[in-house]
Amino acid sequence: MTLLHWAILAPFLLAIFVPFLYKYLKAIHTGWFVLLLPVTLFIYFLQFLPNTYNGNPIIETVNWIPSLDINFTVYVDGLSLLFALLITGIGALVVLYSIYYLSKKREALGNFYVYLLMFMGAMLGVVLSDNLMVLYVFWEFTSLSSFLLIAYWYERDKSRYGALKSMLITVLGGFAMLAGFILLYLMTNTFSVREIVEIAPTIINHPFFLPAMLLVLLGAFTKSAQFPFYIWLPDAMEAPTPVSAYLHSATMVKAGIYIVARLTAVFALAPEWIWLVAGFGIFTLFWGSFNAVKQTDLKSILAFSTVSQLGLIMSLLGIGAVSFHYTHLEENIYTVATLAAIFHLINHATFKGALFMMVGIVDHETGTRDIRKLGGLMGLMPITFTIALIGSLSMAGIPPFNGFLSKEMFFTGMLRAVELDLFNFDTWGILFPILAWLASIFTFIYSLKLVFHTFTGKYQPEKLDKKPHEAPIGMLISPIILVSLVIIIGFFPNILSYSLIEPAMAAILPLGLDERFYVNIYHWHGFTPELYMTIGVVAIGLAMYYYLTKWQSIYKLHPEKLTLNKFYDGGLITLENTSDKFTHSYMTGFIRDYLVYTFAFFVIALLSAMYMLDALVIDFSGLAPIGIYEGILSLAMVIAAFVVLFAKSRLTAIIALGVVGYTLALFFVIFRAPDLALTQLVIETVSVALFLLCFYHLPKLKQELNRVRFRAVNLVISVGVGIVVTLIALSANSTRLFESIAEYFVEASYEEAGGKNMVNVILVDFRGFDTMLEILVLGIAALGIFAMIKLRTKKEEGHEN
Amino acid sequence: MFDYILIGATIILSLSILVSLYRVIKGPSMPDRIVALDTIGINLIGIVAIVSMLLHTQAFLEVILLLGILAFIGTVAFSKFLEKGVVIERDRDQ
Repeated sequence: MTLLHWAILAPFLLAIFVPFLYKYLKAIHTGWFVLLLPVTLFIYFLQFLPNTYNGNPIIETVNWIPSLDINFTVYVDGLSLLFALLITGIGALVVLYSIYYLSKKREALGNFYVYLLMFMGAMLGVVLSDNLMVLYVFWEFTSLSSFLLIAYWYERDKSRYGALKSMLITVLGGFAMLAGFILLYLMTNTFSVREIVEIAPTIINHPFFLPAMLLVLLGAFTKSAQFPFYIWLPDAMEAPTPVSAYLHSATMVKAGIYIVARLTAVFALAPEWIWLVAGFGIFTLFWGSFNAVKQTDLKSILAFSTVSQLGLIMSLLGIGAVSFHYTHLEENIYTVATLAAIFHLINHATFKGALFMMVGIVDHETGTRDIRKLGGLMGLMPITFTIALIGSLSMAGIPPFNGFLSKEMFFTGMLRAVELDLFNFDTWGILFPILAWLASIFTFIYSLKLVFHTFTGKYQPEKLDKKPHEAPIGMLISPIILVSLVIIIGFFPNILSYSLIEPAMAAILPLGLDERFYVNIYHWHGFTPELYMTIGVVAIGLAMYYYLTKWQSIYKLHPEKLTLNKFYDGGLITLENTSDKFTHSYMTGFIRDYLVYTFAFFVIALLSAMYMLDALVIDFSGLAPIGIYEGILSLAMVIAAFVVLFAKSRLTAIIALGVVGYTLALFFVIFRAPDLALTQLVIETVSVALFLLCFYHLPKLKQELNRVRFRAVNLVISVGVGIVVTLIALSANSTRLFESIAEYFVEASYEEAGGKNMVNVILVDFRGFDTMLEILVLGIAALGIFAMIKLRTKKEEGHEN
Repeated sequence: MFDYILIGATIILSLSILVSLYRVIKGPSMPDRIVALDTIGINLIGIVAIVSMLLHTQAFLEVILLLGILAFIGTVAFSKFLEKGVVIERDRDQ
């Protein structure tokens, strides 16, 4: 275990101590203790910057299950480090914010910080693991802790609904991803991502390659809220706002992005990968931004905005994957898409985190997040307004903030997709810049709506529960730091280029030795098509924002019935109803039905097995001659058996059963088994007596003295069972594989055991063990009957089920 | 010769069982059936005795005794059941 492993496990370890801190140090807000950890980890991870800058990734392995090739391998390269810094950095800010956001008195802080630390550790594990299985373990941990965090206010109905929805969808994807990882293992025989990347070009024609890709993508898309799996994210907004800021904007939803980026080197050679990642990404971008405009809840706007921005990053990763089809770096114009993806990933984490915290402040100070009740808060909350303005303008892609830079690069990447002459991009590629441009217009509109509907316009104090005022300074620290980053990155974009972005690019697109990507992000790059597109976005966006009420009715064109949420809810209900109906269709509660299934299966399975294995052999040689006694006795037995079947009263049936039993005793006599005959006689008498006892105690009303009802199915099955058993007995008798061991008992019973009655010697000497256990059975039966008769503590109420 | 007589006796006894069985099935009243069953029991004793002669063995003599006891107990129990409705009465002082 190196320090790096302990760094990943540290949040879990601290989570163990949090309840004690919460219980015994009530005076101090638990968050202060928790805050130390992400800060320490952030500083610790900063130390790795020189390593990744110089292209020296760090690998540390601790054996976990070496026999299955599952080891806790930590791998720190540019991409992992970027994510680790995001997780710990924003984690620290979110913890700081939550200290002021969550009340010490009213909230169960112990639970909150345990879940949050679990999540932080899991997320660090996801981004730093090199072993796919370990990665999957941490991946499920993120789903689980996210579930717990969304349902933090578990007494609310909507929280539980949102938690369940996100759990179902992300775990569905998680399982798919596990299957994909296992297929990767089958193809490459290793779980290590680095080793898989090395072997990747050789497996592209493997039959498992495409299924593995689809399954991994399903996992990534569900986690990163891509179309059509984005529906859980808006419902996850029921979580406390620090959680939304942390999980649902900056970290967890980027786990899917991380997986796609990490495995680009494995799958990028396949055109399907580029099409799926870029296509789903661009459509999610458009769909998310289009739907964000119609939301009235601030957090819903941000949720749809997150969906759309994740789609943006995803589509850029897809286009960036085209780079793998070019060997020379100089002519490779697609690396800019990867650069834009990483840059926007950082930018999005900064401005979206700030915006979520801003919304949390507004919610905290006014008591509502409904955009229709808010307005005119600018004068009352100037700092919050500034934060919102900067964050929103950056999100809209306005200079001089960092969103502008990444949006320009995004347009560049999308425009280059048109030039691509691979994989039919020349026909459909034009859709990419068009959708991107439309989505940017909608992004612009909802960004403006977010700020101006909240902070300008008419102040409506009568609709608010509280008297709004500026938030306490502690709550403002984190968003201020984040918007400062927005501005700093906006003005000096190149401070991150070679420290963070270039190593991360190098991790996604592996290069030869001594090659470096040229990263230079600048504001002014001449009169390019990208600039005209941005001007168009601003102009049309402003116009559309101004006339918002006029065209908003187009959202009604999309009927409620056809939304994905309805589909999800309806699907769940249908699934439940169908399985319920299916279960009830065969679980009737009647033993006679279950016996029909059992015997029908018995007949079908044995008959088909006999047929398929060609096992039916009937050989009459070596059979003993049939004497006249056997004939008569058999006849008597058959008649008695039929009497049982057709008896009009139960008493007749019982007596006829007795006849069958006594005839059997006679058979034992004829076949020279005196001990059996004795026992059979006594037992038959006792059991007939017991039957009579039962018969006498039947309730009067339900006494059915009429005959057994006839049913064709029962007849067929009973005849079938009889035939099957007969055929098996005949076949078994016809194929003797080896000699009986009876000779041994004949010789040995007197010589070795000192008894002349062979049956009894076998029972108590050669195989006394069986006898002992059968005595036990009788003892249990006797005790059971005694207990059933004596122990009647309470009246039976209904059925057992 | 002796064997043939024995076989003949068995057949006759078997037929007698079959006839009694007819009474067990048909028997208009319950006592008819019970008496028929008792007869079957006695016939069985006979058959077992003859069979053990045929098989030249004494191993089945216990069976004969047992059958006699069982037939007696069974008939008594049935009769008591028909008369009183119970086979084993409860202690009166309870």
